[in-house]
Amino acid sequence: MKHHAIIRIAAKFLIPPILLFALYVQFHGDFGPGGGFQAGVLFAVGFILYALMSGLSDAQHALPMSAVRICLASGVLIYAGVGVVCMVLGGRFLEYDVLAKDGHSGQHLGILLVELGVGITVFGVMVAVFYAFAGRSREADR
Amino acid sequence: MISLQLPILQVVIPLLGAPVCALFRSSRSAWALSVALAWLSFGVAVALFQQSWFGGYVSYEIGGWPPPWGIEYRIDILNSFVLLLVSGMAAVVVPFAGRSIEAELQDDRIPLFYAALLLCYTGLLGITVTGDAFNVFVFLEISSLSTYAMIALGRDRRALTASYQYLIMGTIGATFILIGIGLMYVMTGTLNMADLAERLQQVNNTRTIRVAFGFLTVGICLKLALFPLHLWLPNAYTFAPSAVTAFLASTATKVAVYMLLRFFFTVFGAEFSFATMNLDLILMPLALVAIFSMSLVALYQDNVKRMLAYSSVAQIGYMILGISFGSINGLTAGILHLFNHGLMKGALFLALGALVLRTGSTQIQDLAGVGRRMPWTMGAFVIGGLSLIGVPLTVGFISKWYLVAAAIEAGYWPIAGLILLTSLMAVVYIWRVVEVAYFGVPLAEAPLASEAPLSMLLPIWVLVIANLYLGINTSLTVGAATMAAGQLMAGW
Repeated sequence: MKHHAIIRIAAKFLIPPILLFALYVQFHGDFGPGGGFQAGVLFAVGFILYALMSGLSDAQHALPMSAVRICLASGVLIYAGVGVVCMVLGGRFLEYDVLAKDGHSGQHLGILLVELGVGITVFGVMVAVFYAFAGRSREADR
Repeated sequence: MISLQLPILQVVIPLLGAPVCALFRSSRSAWALSVALAWLSFGVAVALFQQSWFGGYVSYEIGGWPPPWGIEYRIDILNSFVLLLVSGMAAVVVPFAGRSIEAELQDDRIPLFYAALLLCYTGLLGITVTGDAFNVFVFLEISSLSTYAMIALGRDRRALTASYQYLIMGTIGATFILIGIGLMYVMTGTLNMADLAERLQQVNNTRTIRVAFGFLTVGICLKLALFPLHLWLPNAYTFAPSAVTAFLASTATKVAVYMLLRFFFTVFGAEFSFATMNLDLILMPLALVAIFSMSLVALYQDNVKRMLAYSSVAQIGYMILGISFGSINGLTAGILHLFNHGLMKGALFLALGALVLRTGSTQIQDLAGVGRRMPWTMGAFVIGGLSLIGVPLTVGFISKWYLVAAAIEAGYWPIAGLILLTSLMAVVYIWRVVEVAYFGVPLAEAPLASEAPLSMLLPIWVLVIANLYLGINTSLTVGAATMAAGQLMAGW
């Protein structure tokens, strides 16, 4: 793709708004349509676009597989961890009411954190799947 | 305080362990963490079993949302009996896996393997504890997806096709289950099992519910590998890593049988399933064909792992046969065999895993003379085999005894005869291995096998002793199975 100037520059322009939009979908998820799943996929699209444009090795330089693996695991840990914190604070698993002083803001905080965990894991999975497919032929050649 | 949280802890402990294992670089620490969590989780299961032993049920509302709106975990004697089996097998297989997996897998994949194993374990426990029909599907997917990954890790390249075959069949099964649950939801507007059971009474006569029943039957029977939907099982068991085969053979199909019981007896009700839908007319012939034909196929296998896999399909036939009688005694026999077969197949596959470690092969002829070199491992295999045959003083005898008694009670004399005949067939296929191992002369170029390491022998012998102890003192297993059968026939 290196010699397609128009595509490269258009992608360069697109990547920041895509990432920003992903964050909007993530954090606006409890007021409007959106949430962790959609935001995670969108955020991954930004990276996948970059990888398509400037090659897999550049993308893996920016976001190595070890970092993706941490994303994969930490999202699940955040989700289940919120549930366990609720239990430690005297509620049931994922009973957000106990997270803050009043039930309403507790629910708000809880769903925000849980969706963040979902977003991080979905992002990690999307990128990991892309890396696995894109890196396949090269590994076989080696 | 903690005792109130037990139902969720059962699922959350391995669930939290899986991502931590995925972060580990060292395979030893991933293994150590998995062992610790498996034992902790077994402790939780024992505590839950004690709570439900005296009747009644334990209910847990996830997120504090009361049922039927929120997800409810609901544990009675049947759940906790299955939990005891699943977590008990994990507590034995995970320590065994340490050496076995080290020898069979690439080093960098081992931490990810333990992550997949813990996720599969989470899924199986989740299916068993939940009282929510949709939650069953979610946990089914968690356990299935990680199972596909674990089977694909087998040394042989054919593990990939075996895993793919299971992926296609398993996905069809899961989709059918989802369609069944969806149709029930359309008619009743609820997903809570207890609530469903109540509301289905009013809409039982509709075609939608009958179609839902059909989809669920086929979907669940695919997952539990009832003949002729068992085609994925022999390859998956043969090519998966030894520890995975032992874990799956003693837990995954058992949890699927539990699902069958839960949906047909609790949700639809025994009356609807058997009197209206004539479930027995479908299950009984299929179970009989499974028992006879698969025992016959097992006789002709040259690969011990594949032989035991076909024998598993036959043994699932015994469980389904017991259930298909639709009587309390038949149901007791089915549930009892569910538990006992987990114990015997676990012991057999673990012993086989130790043989694979030392001889590097699962072909019968490569085991020549191994009985003298690995006396403890082969001894365990022989006792496990006796249990599979149904020799007195082993658990296999207990469940076959109850099954024959239930068949005679229902007036099916020929079926009782068939059970005895197929037990003789089990004698033949177990004897083929024993004969080669003890009386065969090893080939000159065969590697000199030495006794398996203690970390593998201990888990194997724990299961062997369980096979013997529970074959003599049956108050625990028969008591739980009888109580569970009574509860199932009465609804909740």
